[in-house]
Amino acid sequence: MTSAGEGARHLYVHLPFCAHRCGYCDFVTAVGRHDEHGRYVDALLRELEVESSLLAPRLDTIFVGGGTPTFTEPAALERLLAALPEAEEVTVESNPETVTPELARLLSRNRVNRVSIGAQTFHMHLLDVLERAAGREDVRRSVYVLRDAGLDNISLDLIYGIPGQSPSDLERDLAETLALEPEHVSAYELEAKPGTRFTHAHGAELERQAESMESYFELVVSTLTGAGFRWYETANFCRTGTAPGGPDLRARHNLAYWLGRDYLGVGVGAVSTIESRRRRNTPGLARYVRALERRERPPREVEELTADVVAAERVMLGLRLDEPLSVVGVERALDANELERLERLGLAELREETLALTTRGRFLGGGVTAALLA
Amino acid sequence: MDQSTHQDKIRNFSIIAHIDHGKSTLADRILQLTETVAARDMRDQLLDSMDLERERGITIKAQAVRVRWKGHELNLIDTPGHVDFTYEVSRSLQACEGALLVVDAAQGIEAQTLANAYLAIENNLEIVPVVNKIDLPQADPDGAAAEVAELIGEDADRVLRISAKTGEGVADVLDALVERIAPPAGDPDAPPRALIFDSSYDQYRGVVAFVRVVDGKFHRREQLRAMALGTIFEAQEIGFMSPVMRPVEALTAGEVGYVITGLKDVSELRVGDTLTSQKRPATAPLPGYKDVKPMVFAGLFPTDSDEYPELRDALEKLKLNDAALFYEPETSQALGFGFRCGFLGLLHMEIVRERLEREFDLDLLVTAPNVAYRVRPMNGEWTEVHTPSDLPDAFDEVEEPYIKASIIVPKEFVGTVMELNNDRRGRFDHMEYLSEQRVHLVYELPLAEIVLDYYDQLKSRTRGYASFDYDVTGFRPGSLVRVDVLVGGEPVDALSLIVHRDFAYERGKALVEKLREEIPRQMFDVAIQAAIGARVIARETVKARRKDVLAKCYGGDITRKRKLIEKQKAGKKRMKQVGGVEVPQEAFLAVLNLNEGARK
Repeated sequence: MTSAGEGARHLYVHLPFCAHRCGYCDFVTAVGRHDEHGRYVDALLRELEVESSLLAPRLDTIFVGGGTPTFTEPAALERLLAALPEAEEVTVESNPETVTPELARLLSRNRVNRVSIGAQTFHMHLLDVLERAAGREDVRRSVYVLRDAGLDNISLDLIYGIPGQSPSDLERDLAETLALEPEHVSAYELEAKPGTRFTHAHGAELERQAESMESYFELVVSTLTGAGFRWYETANFCRTGTAPGGPDLRARHNLAYWLGRDYLGVGVGAVSTIESRRRRNTPGLARYVRALERRERPPREVEELTADVVAAERVMLGLRLDEPLSVVGVERALDANELERLERLGLAELREETLALTTRGRFLGGGVTAALLA
Repeated sequence: MDQSTHQDKIRNFSIIAHIDHGKSTLADRILQLTETVAARDMRDQLLDSMDLERERGITIKAQAVRVRWKGHELNLIDTPGHVDFTYEVSRSLQACEGALLVVDAAQGIEAQTLANAYLAIENNLEIVPVVNKIDLPQADPDGAAAEVAELIGEDADRVLRISAKTGEGVADVLDALVERIAPPAGDPDAPPRALIFDSSYDQYRGVVAFVRVVDGKFHRREQLRAMALGTIFEAQEIGFMSPVMRPVEALTAGEVGYVITGLKDVSELRVGDTLTSQKRPATAPLPGYKDVKPMVFAGLFPTDSDEYPELRDALEKLKLNDAALFYEPETSQALGFGFRCGFLGLLHMEIVRERLEREFDLDLLVTAPNVAYRVRPMNGEWTEVHTPSDLPDAFDEVEEPYIKASIIVPKEFVGTVMELNNDRRGRFDHMEYLSEQRVHLVYELPLAEIVLDYYDQLKSRTRGYASFDYDVTGFRPGSLVRVDVLVGGEPVDALSLIVHRDFAYERGKALVEKLREEIPRQMFDVAIQAAIGARVIARETVKARRKDVLAKCYGGDITRKRKLIEKQKAGKKRMKQVGGVEVPQEAFLAVLNLNEGARK
């Protein structure tokens, strides 16, 4: 954890623009509005300037997420990237169809050294369900384009549990993914969040398939670990170097969240957690831009995190990782009786001062965490 | 007016009718016609004072109203209209010399009409038959009149045809009451005796007894004694209802009225008991007193365990007005602290439950009802068991209550009703044709077979045409066993049931199947077993969940994820832990719907 006064070593930058809002998405996004990209980036940079005192002199990571950051007008995107501070890991999220050789060069020359590609699936019928614009060839092409531009840390995002997805569809997705030899894979189960257009359209179908899709998570984990990937977080996998002392390919920025580090988030709807205070910028694009144009801080919700909440979050996030969680300082968040029960059930293991979930415990991580928290 | 002349002018009567056949409307019309109630004060169905009664169209508590008609004093003694209150009905009828038998011109005779008509005949009442609702387009007054005439052995011409709604024929009813019903016969000079046919509780004045004076005279401020229970009290006030309380100095033989006792506990004064004077006591009480015992039991638990004290207070208050309600604290390892309550029957249970929820704003979990059992443990004394899990593992004998069931259906449903009754261990007694179309079936059935869903089944299998009534006839030995349910290897007391040995396997299997649907998947396999003693007769497994993970926290939005976990945690708190298994409260009601699954 960052000690007071030193500043956050992790920066999140939100670019909300997308060509199309996918039905399942409930993030802060804005469709089209090319003319606004420049104004938005101006606002972003102003916020960054205003909040710069919260950042440490040297940053570990920057993550530019969205939206579809690579959908942003190239000139605006370049202006933003060029203005960002130095950091060891700079990740930009992208959609495959936006990755052109020009874009790849733009990223590369602006110190981006990691790109996460929202592939989701390689099947056209499933991409249609997700309302994704890219096709299977787009993913393959985007990986090569990025590699050509010298980007050697690529992550592919997959979604499984898509309405209509058969087990062999998923096997094919995993095989295609592995064939592209990414350094990192994120695989999330599709969440049909209540109230979204997607749930309205596909909720019933998902309900019907729930039982047959139960094994998909196991299939993802066994396939990727079988191919030599490290299952280092519930939904995240990275290649392990064959030689000892090889690079650690975990997503360092996300790791910061999971380890409870302080981070600054800038942009519409962005969240920051600094010194036990969490704040969330307004999700309203116009309000955000207007405030900064008036040289004011954007409207935001502030949540003071009590020691209990901090401890609970440490447990909740820490147990997602494959490395044991140090229980020092978080004992207050743990229910001793439940812990004992979970140990008896072979789901958790308490050793000296660390707590870890067993493999089965990791598959049931949500329930285990809910039980464990006092 | 001298005493004998006065007594000659009195007519005491009840109205007996099936639900919705128009008893309350007729009573209202009589009050209006006799100018007992001014038209502007007329509130529909004045006699049914509780909201619940008005809503359900039934009368729960009997009351008595005095009206005047052409120089006569008519006492209308209202009767509860339902099977659960047969004893109260019989006491009300005993207080009368006659009864109006009201039958819906469109519906004809129903099971309750029969049951109550027989009760009236047994009590030697003069029956004045009335066919009501002749104004309805679908009315068949001749058909209904023929059925009624056949039932009571009278000429169809003597059956009055009226519309209580429009008032047509109601004056003739009053005339017929005066003409046909005999005046009361008691001896005004004998030691006083009065039958208590109802009681209620007034929070300021204590127990109010509604009485029919049979012999002698009762005075205000007199010391009185209830002969069966031995309770002694001073009559603080004596009077009659017309329709509000009107105090008088004395009530004499043949009259109907009330006595304010000042007693603080309704259980000190029972319906059916005889009041007499302490100074000049009668030697023998009036016949027919019975100690009514609850036959149907269920556990009542507050959904929120913090509401236990409120539930206790509410039951105490209800008990003040309902001597038949029985309750004792019960602790279930699965459901926590609650009460085991005893009821006269299913309707009584439903009424109590609704009053608790509505009048006292309680959120209740009511377990599946069961009947009272009598059991003689190995080398032990007979005891009564009100909770299935209390039935000992080994016993010499066990007995269960039986009923005589009376079912009236159109003839095309006779087969299906017989089938239902056979499935429910029924024994055919007899059947008769009430008319060419309608058949009256009489069966003996174990009460246990009707407490769950019998009535619903009967209604659905006869497309709503069947009417049903029953009378508890006594205890009989049965080949009964206790089936326990084990969840995760631990017995769940609230799910035990007592069933006939022949049905044990079928019921046990249906129950565990139902529970498998109700119990959510957990982080481990959960075995659900049904067992008789140590022998497992059915088993199901709720397979462990294979995954339970939350999606990513996007852009560091950890609060959202934390809230999801908190929600998950709160959901678990609402479940009851049994053997480390989270069981939703609904699962404890699985027994309620068992028959549907098992018998279709």
